[in-house]
Amino acid sequence: MEAVAIVGVGMTEIKRERKADGYPDLVYEATRAALDDAGMSIDQIDNVVTVSNDFFDGRTISSMAIMDACGSYDKNVTTVEGDGTFGAFFGLMRVLSGSYGTTLVCAHHKGSESQMPLITNAMFDPIFARSLGIESITSSALQARAYMAKYGVSEEQCALVSVKNHGNAFANPVAQLPLELTVEKVMSSPYIADPIKLLDCCPISDGASALILASEERANKITDKPVWIKGVAHCSSAYHLGDRNLYCVCALEEAAKKAYAMAGIGDPAKDIDLIELYDAFTYMEPMWLEGLGICERGEGGKLTESGKTALGGELPVNASGGCLSGNPVLVAGLNRIIECALQVRGDAGEHQVDGVKTALAHGINGPCGQSHCVWVLGGEK
Amino acid sequence: MDDWRKDQELLVMEGRIKVPYRWFAGEVGTRYLESLRDAGKFLGTRCSKCDKVYHIPRRNCPECFEECSEWVELGSSGDLESYTIVRKHHPQLAPLPLPYGYGIIKLEGADTGFLHLLGEFDEKDLKVGARVEAVFSDAREGNILDVKYFRPVKGVE
Repeated sequence: MEAVAIVGVGMTEIKRERKADGYPDLVYEATRAALDDAGMSIDQIDNVVTVSNDFFDGRTISSMAIMDACGSYDKNVTTVEGDGTFGAFFGLMRVLSGSYGTTLVCAHHKGSESQMPLITNAMFDPIFARSLGIESITSSALQARAYMAKYGVSEEQCALVSVKNHGNAFANPVAQLPLELTVEKVMSSPYIADPIKLLDCCPISDGASALILASEERANKITDKPVWIKGVAHCSSAYHLGDRNLYCVCALEEAAKKAYAMAGIGDPAKDIDLIELYDAFTYMEPMWLEGLGICERGEGGKLTESGKTALGGELPVNASGGCLSGNPVLVAGLNRIIECALQVRGDAGEHQVDGVKTALAHGINGPCGQSHCVWVLGGEK
Repeated sequence: MDDWRKDQELLVMEGRIKVPYRWFAGEVGTRYLESLRDAGKFLGTRCSKCDKVYHIPRRNCPECFEECSEWVELGSSGDLESYTIVRKHHPQLAPLPLPYGYGIIKLEGADTGFLHLLGEFDEKDLKVGARVEAVFSDAREGNILDVKYFRPVKGVE
């Protein structure tokens, strides 16, 4: 793949309810921040990819409502309906096409404006599943149970992820929900759908973010701190939950394999210095780490217990606090990439991890991680 | 701006999108739902190449990408591949009084799991691998809720 770099990033503060800001306000704030970070003007943006979901926004062709806020007048602009990692993937393709030297990718979400369970229920098949009332938490509970039963991963091990990530969030100024927790506190939070408890769940959030991708030639002119895309891939699996072995992370294993081959990663547990992954629920962190090949299948719980993934550990995972500490859907995946880019640049501030040369960002789409997108980023081309 | 905001409650417009839809079950879905309604029997379709039996039935095998042309009658009991007990839910979504369950059930004769509700259970009887059976609704209308829920089969470990 030709070299493409991330040259600018911007994130709004994530909050439960950003009542002073409509969608365009959030998008403008993030886009402005990304341009300022890159030292660019909007005229230097060749094309725009927006990321949104019509159901969440309560508005069809939701992307059209933010055109003035992302500076896309007289530009080629298109939309990805899915997680921000997938939107960025499409943005990358547009640079690789040779038609555009720079792509602005922006994502927005306001969980506060609608009712999350009703929206996530609507992702299920209207003939065969929707009237059962299944939605994000209950379907994830089925996956968590299948995973725990298959490998003996415990609720306590998952609770540790909540303790770790909410704790990490204290050092991240954009995080919504830094919490001082203990395993006991997480374990005694009420069950929503067994084995998922309240403190195993990400919060409902408002936020937006933006990043700017540039071809090698343009990147070198724009910044002296480009973050290069070393490898990227996404893979999908079955829509109907019963078609999948829910404990299996086959699509993620495939995506990781492809991204590692591109990036020349031989042993991900050694070659990667930091991971930001999509932890919408605590069980997802150990499960996705297995899919990423950081440990064997079923060993994710023990890996968390070992402390290796903690902020001071050998391979910090979700040093930012992760999605558990703020989950503006769609934006959340783009934030994983942005957090990795900041870490590679050494600009992550209080939660900066020493010596991050190679970082991995991960996003999901569809119920129970139906599809996965894996990004490997580095400071060297 | 800040001074102005001091005495001003930020405004919120309440709304609701009301759009009726007509989702077509199609030929495959209709045959399946008709069988549930009229005969109280589950049907699957078999891939013409790999012989995998899909429940819910579909027209093509997603793995071989060949037609699933043969219809297969399935049992009305099967093994629980996963389950959850719902303690808290959006009032508009819960189809049964709380707590109720969701399960993924692999019916006799099927190669894939089936998402449905769990009811009439002692919590201790729900485990991965437990045997469950379908309970049909009294008045059946040709939709997925013609199956009321699945319940543990008594006396089976």
